[in-house]
Amino acid sequence: MKGGRTALTALLAVIVFTVIFGLAYPLAMTGIAQLAFPSEANGSKLSANGRVVGSSLIAQSFSRPLLDRHGKPVLNSEGEEVLVPDKSYFQPRPSQTSYSGDTSAFSNLGPNSVKEREAVREAIGNYIHLNKPYDKSLTKADVPVDAITQSASGVDPEISQANARIQAHRVAVVRHLPLRTVDELISKHTVGRFLGVFGEPGVNVLQLNIALGKEAPIR
Amino acid sequence: MAQGWLQVATFVGVVIAMTPLLGRYMARVFGGRRVFLSPVFAPLERLTYRALRVDPAEEQDWKAYAKSLVLFSVFSWLALYLILRTQGIQPFNPQHFHSGPWDVSFNTASSFVTNTNWQYYGGETTLTYFAQMAGLTVQNFVTPAVGICALLALIRGIVGRGGAGLGNFWADLTRGLYYVLLPLSIVLTLILVSQGVVQTLAHSAAVHTLEGATQVLALGPAASQVAIKQLGTNGGGFFNVNSAFPFENGTTTSNFFEALAIILIPAALTYTYGRMVGRQREGWAIFAAMLAIYIAFIAVIVPAEQHGTPAEHAAGTPTAAIAGSTGGNMEGKEQRNGIAESALWATTTTVTSNGSVNSAMESYTGLGGAVPMFGLSTSEVVFGGVGTGLYSMLLFVLLAVFIGGLMVGRTPEYLGKKIQAREIKLVSLGVLFTPLAVLLTAGLATATRLGTRSIFAGIDPQGFSETLYAYLSQANNNGSAFAGYTGFVQPHAPGNVGAYGITFADLLGGATMVFARFIPILIVLAVAGSLAGKKVAPAGPGTMRTDTPTFVILLIGVVILVGALTFFPALLLGPVVQALTARLF
Repeated sequence: MKGGRTALTALLAVIVFTVIFGLAYPLAMTGIAQLAFPSEANGSKLSANGRVVGSSLIAQSFSRPLLDRHGKPVLNSEGEEVLVPDKSYFQPRPSQTSYSGDTSAFSNLGPNSVKEREAVREAIGNYIHLNKPYDKSLTKADVPVDAITQSASGVDPEISQANARIQAHRVAVVRHLPLRTVDELISKHTVGRFLGVFGEPGVNVLQLNIALGKEAPIR
Repeated sequence: MAQGWLQVATFVGVVIAMTPLLGRYMARVFGGRRVFLSPVFAPLERLTYRALRVDPAEEQDWKAYAKSLVLFSVFSWLALYLILRTQGIQPFNPQHFHSGPWDVSFNTASSFVTNTNWQYYGGETTLTYFAQMAGLTVQNFVTPAVGICALLALIRGIVGRGGAGLGNFWADLTRGLYYVLLPLSIVLTLILVSQGVVQTLAHSAAVHTLEGATQVLALGPAASQVAIKQLGTNGGGFFNVNSAFPFENGTTTSNFFEALAIILIPAALTYTYGRMVGRQREGWAIFAAMLAIYIAFIAVIVPAEQHGTPAEHAAGTPTAAIAGSTGGNMEGKEQRNGIAESALWATTTTVTSNGSVNSAMESYTGLGGAVPMFGLSTSEVVFGGVGTGLYSMLLFVLLAVFIGGLMVGRTPEYLGKKIQAREIKLVSLGVLFTPLAVLLTAGLATATRLGTRSIFAGIDPQGFSETLYAYLSQANNNGSAFAGYTGFVQPHAPGNVGAYGITFADLLGGATMVFARFIPILIVLAVAGSLAGKKVAPAGPGTMRTDTPTFVILLIGVVILVGALTFFPALLLGPVVQALTARLF
């Protein structure tokens, strides 16, 4: 082939393959996906009380404003409300993106990083402060790693079973539920391994919290 | 831990079982024979040849083959750059994104045309759906096909019987795309969508959470792109945190299939190779060498991550496994993946030149992070990229044959072809070009203020690891990252308003990817051309066999030696320092 002819072929090839793989393929796949898996293709949304409250695959924040003695929200130096974990809900893993569903980022804290040590130390303190009043025997050694490290996505939908069992004490007391009922809900919303082999089991926090709401609505 | 090893062993078993199945199919495809998908794709294939005005039976010598390959890649680069620069006027742009900085576009275009998929951009916060589909997805398809083309040309050079022909680039490209990559991608897309990987053209969705706060869920045509990103050893994520984001990989099922897709084609191509050279044992010998290194890496990284990091221990967490929790270094890892699936993925993605991640590489332990880096240091020949892995490994095979020949004092031969000065000169260039590119660029980036601006961690071993990893990854066309290292600053995400690139990192990285992709490809094609013209000598009693365990060990030794000798000093300064100390920086 002459040089000019090869160039023309190359240009045509880019155009043809762009049409096939850049438009026909993704659009056809979108069409099929929307027909075959409408819920999954659109973000696996979950409803509670008749409205969409989030996605089963994306963690969300369960927190409320910190109130001072007069019942007014405490503000931080930037004038924003200070948020604290809501004791009546299971808490997801710590997030470096405040559970943002549209701007994902890693923490990128290294293995020998002082910042990582401080972040983990603070998370352990927070976790014990939140749960120890309801589970007197809780010590540092019992805190599962997933509860005090930031997930990769910032929106990890699951927590470990150990993490859930500890939090169950708190949730049961706050919601006036028998611990056994809460534990049963945890088992019900635990996702197992693929084929019983691959991955790790985890408890889906949003599903669990929605189920709690049905079991013991808050007011 | 036992559960972790079971996962690894089962996974490796599935890979071994799939290798002959897909390998045999691909041998038929690239031999130009009929396959069960021919009734579906043959009409499209003929139509494509007509549209491109090519005769698929026309044999090309190495220069014509190379010219077609390079020109196709040049136009691909131009098309992608154009798409990235014109985001403001594109359809399928529900978020109304404008184009990002030009230097980041330069880096991204170079990244995707070289099958690297290095990400300085954040997918969901900067790119239109049109750019993701017509730009990135297209390159995700064609670049692995180009890698296969270069491999096929080399194989035909090795088996050639004295002619100059290496096959036809356009036919190889088209057949690879239609008969291998497209059908596998369709199947994988559907599996992934069933697992919650999103596939829609709708705008991101704002929902009111259970407590009434607003949460925005990024959506998009992700599954169709993620499928080919894994199968084509591409690795560029639809979302910023790649396959760690649940809408890209949200269940243990999707994680298994994505991990398998990463390694499937590179592994199967070794079987295809055995078929095409007519000696199946040769393919298995190469497979065995790759597998041995792969397993050794996994055996190091899984316990390293299970152990936890000095920072975690200093903070007072034991990181030991307790009932209901696997323990280990869970910073930057997802609960559903845990330690084993994260570590397995990290190894698989770095040895194969895929580069997608399901956990944060930068947060790995010192030793755990050294494994992916050493995986990159071996020039992506342990399965490696689609096509690229095996052709790079074949260069190492020729080198091993040469070294073996020197040891026993005979003229080196490979499959009946004499390996002479010209081939060995080319092979040496091919083997050394990428490592040299890494050392020069990483050195430049470490030594200058322009380079250190990209560092996230600090001027310490971790900061050095980030830099070294960045250039190792880009020069090896891998794309995985210690993601703190950046060439893009985006103060107002989502969107590109006020965003700017770090020009030095963007341009140096972009140029590195381009040179480190196409110089080795040209060398491989030149070797193919040189071998094609040689007569095949019958094997004699003095011929060194290349399908024996002895040769496999020799080959492993050569691969490790080249990687180790080139990179040990650099690795010592970064991950090894961190692995050896409990000191915090």
